[in-house]
Amino acid sequence: MTATAPPPGRTGGSTVSDTLVVTWRNLKRIPRIPELAVFAILQSVMFVLLFAFVFGGAIAVEGGNYREYLMPGIFAQTLAFASATTTIGITDDMQKGLVDRFRSLPMARSAFLTGRTIADVAYNAGILIVLMLSGLAVGWRVRDGVVEFLAGFGIALLFAYAMSWVGVFVGQLVPTVEVGQQVAFTVVFPITFLSNAFVPLESLPGWLQPFAEWNPVSTLTAAMRELFGNPSPPAGSSFAAEQPVLMTVIWCVVFVAIFAPLAVRRYRDTSK
Amino acid sequence: MPAITAEGLTKVYGSRGQVVRALDGLDLTVEEGTVLGLLGPNGAGKTTTVRVLATLLRPDSGRATVLGHDVVKDAQRLRQEIGLSGQYAAVDENLTAAENLWMFGRLYQLPSATARQRADELLEQFALTDAKDRVVKTYSGGMRRRLDLASALIGRPRLLFLDEPTTGLDPRSRFGMWEVIRELVRTGATLLLTTQYLEEADALADVIAVVDRGKIIARGTADQLKSQVGGERVEIVVRRPEDLAAAREVLGRQSRGEVTVDEHTRRLTAPAEGGTQQLVEVIRVLAEAGVPLDDVGLRRPTLDDVFLSLTGHAAEDAAATPTTDEPAPAGRTS
Ligand SMILES: Nc1ncnc2c1ncn2[C@@H]1O[C@H](COP(=O)(O)OP(=O)(O)OP(=O)(O)O)[C@@H](O)[C@H]1O
Ligand SMILES: [Mg+2]
Repeated sequence: MTATAPPPGRTGGSTVSDTLVVTWRNLKRIPRIPELAVFAILQSVMFVLLFAFVFGGAIAVEGGNYREYLMPGIFAQTLAFASATTTIGITDDMQKGLVDRFRSLPMARSAFLTGRTIADVAYNAGILIVLMLSGLAVGWRVRDGVVEFLAGFGIALLFAYAMSWVGVFVGQLVPTVEVGQQVAFTVVFPITFLSNAFVPLESLPGWLQPFAEWNPVSTLTAAMRELFGNPSPPAGSSFAAEQPVLMTVIWCVVFVAIFAPLAVRRYRDTSK
Repeated sequence: MPAITAEGLTKVYGSRGQVVRALDGLDLTVEEGTVLGLLGPNGAGKTTTVRVLATLLRPDSGRATVLGHDVVKDAQRLRQEIGLSGQYAAVDENLTAAENLWMFGRLYQLPSATARQRADELLEQFALTDAKDRVVKTYSGGMRRRLDLASALIGRPRLLFLDEPTTGLDPRSRFGMWEVIRELVRTGATLLLTTQYLEEADALADVIAVVDRGKIIARGTADQLKSQVGGERVEIVVRRPEDLAAAREVLGRQSRGEVTVDEHTRRLTAPAEGGTQQLVEVIRVLAEAGVPLDDVGLRRPTLDDVFLSLTGHAAEDAAATPTTDEPAPAGRTS
């Protein structure tokens, strides 16, 4: 291969190497915008403090300590909010015209988005580790084995990955970063509150229970409680409530199967 | 074979009942190895044209071929041979210059070492070597612009699109950018650049195409366009508004063309076929008539003059007068 001419006949770019380059780009950016990670963590820590020390006394959890019950909910909430960060990042790239530059390059069409979602997994793994350490400080414990712990960690990252595909899709639809922020928060906030993240499901009004039971944030939270051996009061008799681990995996697969093709199609669409 | 041919390109944007014809049957050809300046006011359709030709936007109708590749059907192959520097510097602010160039080089499918080497060359060429390890966030507008242009050149494209490469630069950076562009042209690249300034098109382009409301309305060398406008103009600014009529009368007698008057700024202009001689004459007659002047001079035609003469309307912002969905008033074609 020479410097002057691209190899003849190559048209698509190499998907793997292009994806890795974009992943590298997104990873490089993380320490250069430390505010993003710092505030993501601070927000979660605020929730821990608020629920563990302010509201916690009023919430009774069958079979255990509320703080231990709370932490998996905080993890799930934080990962759901990470999709907002992704949305904003993509909207920002679009607004600054950077996406146009990527689109004008002879690279694999999916790499720009896939690279972002992979970097997001690494970013979220870092956030999750910091939160787990904070959790240990307030009394959260991992009570089952290493394998279960790793499975819990893995399922959390799978969820983050699925959320990231939602983020790269929505990020391409919204016109400005401010709107992206509004959209993400307006959707994510209620979803995380209509779940078992902070309070046991039976405390929610009856008509909301089916939604809350099937809510992916609930299934992820319950899955982590189960795998980390944290208190996990029975939440109902639906499949989602009885098989939270399996249900979470199904949710993630469904989200990726829907949003990844939509996002890539949108990226390739040059009619706008 | 021309490097670019476009036939009857149209692109309509619609939002909330407003329909904007960004391109309205645009035809264009650019010969290989030449520089075409696409000249037009805000909203004329320059960026839209560039986006279509650079494979970023599919036209609603019409077709375009760039370097023998159809911009829609053969887009991916075409991307290997073009470089694009858009209207706003599109580089990653959180990477350094060196990292940006390496990344774009890799995505241009250069091997890593080659990309690094090419990045170093470009950093040198664009006087960014000293700043290459700083994140772009800390760069000035001119530095970003240079880095953006360097990014467009990373794969040694045969054809380069530059959308308003000097907008927002101070005069010094602007001339610096002109030098860089001239250097590129010397290496034989084909270039399509857009600008709002006749002066800039004049300085850089072999051929100028004037675009207005999504169509090319004139095409030629700078001299041809200027002669269409009538070459140089004498311009005076009278001190007292009450002298406007008298000054107009004097200018009208001295010039064969039409006198334009801007009452607000008390400025009058008229074609100066007689050059300096005519200017001296105008000053003498006005002095004799006791009309004090604030300013006087000969000036070269501006984009506004070109527009006025080509279209009969000033180069207003086309976006400010979008055509709407409602039936057009009688007599108005949209
Ligand atoms: N994405 C879009 N949605 C709606 N209208 C658009 C869009 N992009 C461009 N337009 C409209 O199309 C017209 C042509 O725009 P274009 O950006 O091509 O103009 P331009 O000649 O590059 O102007 P400028 O000198 O301001 O950059 C304008 O009226 C603009 O408002
Ligand atoms: Mg433009």
